[in-house]
Amino acid sequence: MTTVKPNYVRPLDFKHGRVDMSHGSGGRAMAQLIRELFAAAFDNAYLAQGNDGAILPAANGRLVISTDAHVVSPLFFPGGDIGCLSVHGTINDVAVMGATPLYLSASFILEEGFPLADLKRIVESMARAAREAGVPIVTGDTKVVQQGKGDGVFISTTGVGVLPGGVELSGDRAQPGDCILLSGTIGDHGMAILSQREGLEFSAPIVSDTAALHGLIAAMLDSGAALRVLRDPTRGGLATTLNEIAKQSGVGMMLDEAAIKVNPPIEAACEFLGLDPLYVANEGKLVAICAPKDAERLLAVMRAHPLAHEAGVIGEVVADTHGFVQMTTKLGGRRVVDWLAGEQLPRIC
Amino acid sequence: MKYVDEFRDSGLARNIAANIAREANPRRTYRLMEFCGGHTHAISRYGIADLLPRNVQMIHGPGCPVCVLPIGRIDQAIRLAREVILCTYADTMRVPASDHLSLMRAKAGGADVRMVYSTQGALKLAREHPQREVVFLAIGFETTTPPTAVAVRQAANEGLQNFSILCNHVLTPAAMHAILLDDTGVNLDGFVGPAHVSTVIGSRPYEPFANDYAKPVVIAGFEPLDVMQAILMLVRQINEGRAEVENEFTRAVTLDGNLKAQKLVSEVFELRDSFEWRGLGSVPHSALKLREAYTAFDAERKFGIGYTAVPDNKACECAAILRGQKRPQECKIFGTVCTPENPVGSCMVSSEGACAAHYSYGRFREAAW
Repeated sequence: MTTVKPNYVRPLDFKHGRVDMSHGSGGRAMAQLIRELFAAAFDNAYLAQGNDGAILPAANGRLVISTDAHVVSPLFFPGGDIGCLSVHGTINDVAVMGATPLYLSASFILEEGFPLADLKRIVESMARAAREAGVPIVTGDTKVVQQGKGDGVFISTTGVGVLPGGVELSGDRAQPGDCILLSGTIGDHGMAILSQREGLEFSAPIVSDTAALHGLIAAMLDSGAALRVLRDPTRGGLATTLNEIAKQSGVGMMLDEAAIKVNPPIEAACEFLGLDPLYVANEGKLVAICAPKDAERLLAVMRAHPLAHEAGVIGEVVADTHGFVQMTTKLGGRRVVDWLAGEQLPRIC
Repeated sequence: MKYVDEFRDSGLARNIAANIAREANPRRTYRLMEFCGGHTHAISRYGIADLLPRNVQMIHGPGCPVCVLPIGRIDQAIRLAREVILCTYADTMRVPASDHLSLMRAKAGGADVRMVYSTQGALKLAREHPQREVVFLAIGFETTTPPTAVAVRQAANEGLQNFSILCNHVLTPAAMHAILLDDTGVNLDGFVGPAHVSTVIGSRPYEPFANDYAKPVVIAGFEPLDVMQAILMLVRQINEGRAEVENEFTRAVTLDGNLKAQKLVSEVFELRDSFEWRGLGSVPHSALKLREAYTAFDAERKFGIGYTAVPDNKACECAAILRGQKRPQECKIFGTVCTPENPVGSCMVSSEGACAAHYSYGRFREAAW
């Protein structure tokens, strides 16, 4: 007589188990991975529908959709991991459009042999980030590629949000005279990643700034300030983001180097490696461009928020047919702050 | 940042700038060459030119390691990378080679090119891949030579048979001689002397430039105030009719330099009879090769790859720019065909290159005229 219950399924071994090809096959093993890991962690009514897609209620306003693939290496870094990064990154892309992020989708490309324990850590970190942000992951997909064809795990997330009436933010709306605001220090995320690579060990704490910015942005929109552009300076750093806006708007910019804050350990690490923090990625910062009359009010709202207490005005939009972003250096000279040339640090997000 | 901010202080910069403006004779020009790419970069990044009077002109020199690498040397590296693991510093990845290639493009085409931060990274790869040949593309002036020497000696001690170097180490004083001997060359009134190179070789090797060519040399650190103070010291020497080697960078440079590093380098390397530089052509005794005892680590010998000189792109003015005869913006393809994204000449590659520095930091100046 067997003592095993007829419906018993041996649970996944999240301690020693590894992803194998069957986890992406569409069969029972995949269903088990979804049930015991993804559905359990993300846990919401939409996902529980268990269908190929999630049916969502009608939204009251224009929809905003944004998508982002995450290939960061290493997968775990000081201040975060690929899981929370993939939630924050997409929420931020929706939020800087002025929209309220409502839902996320997530697709995973897993490499055969990837430890289930690491996958669990990542998925739980995603679930935590989504819960804290109040933006559920409502649908998803999992594929497995052979060993050597991936790098552990890649995660693509798509975010949907709704844009309230009257909010019109766009990269082409900066006007000469506008103020350029920055929500805090720069370079933290990129240097946190780099500090984990190639045996570069810094004794000072360098922590990624990865964070969801939609709460901060909601407060900024509520302030009633005449906001023209919001953007999160991720890959390519602050310099690249400002150049994108200058190009889209057909304007120039004049920055004040002394007003751009860099955490001392980041500054030292950049100095040591010959990197310019202006080009190093951020994952929890934003640039805001607003009418000059509202800059003080907006700044006060930003500084009252924990994610932007170091916010400041870093420069001004100027008329310039060449579209140059320029900067008054701390030394008192002037320089162009150009687009990033080539690739400063690969696989940063 | 401690030990750095004090060399970037705007108040002190204004003081030095005021002294330069007061002491520079308005009836003459001061044509000063900063030899090093590190100085070129500092001048551009901090906007130092804005703090100088118009008659004090900075001319960019050839001291940018990747700028002076001729096409034929990159071609050699690309040929090797198709067979071996080729390790290189990041800066060389985008240097243009023959057939519209660069190491980066060769990598995309399947060549095994790995970026390393130090020679130790290359050694580590060699240890991790005993079945593969690992070649380190060794480039640079006297600053990067000692770490290469250390790596070669380590490899010899460990019996690491799959490690070798493609040696392109070059010498600063030889290049300065070449510039001063060039009949078509630029009229220089003095040199801002190298910073890091001088920590290794000391200040003594520059004495011939002061004594034989009557050109003042002031060795300067790479911080903006170092450069400005050196410019002031040069203006003073010129005004007083002096030509001496002076040392602004006393916190790091001595008369004799780092004797331990020099000993190490001369144990591993010896002079090449001649070496081709981009821009300067073949310069006698201007580069290093491995000594006989270390030839097992010489990739040129190990893989039997000869050097073939390849002419630069005809439209490219890198040669004249490296000799100080032309400014980047005087090149017809500057900023149009040749940009940091698609460099035609090597000066547009590294941020220490004259063209890349001007493109990235200074091109608003022409726009304003």
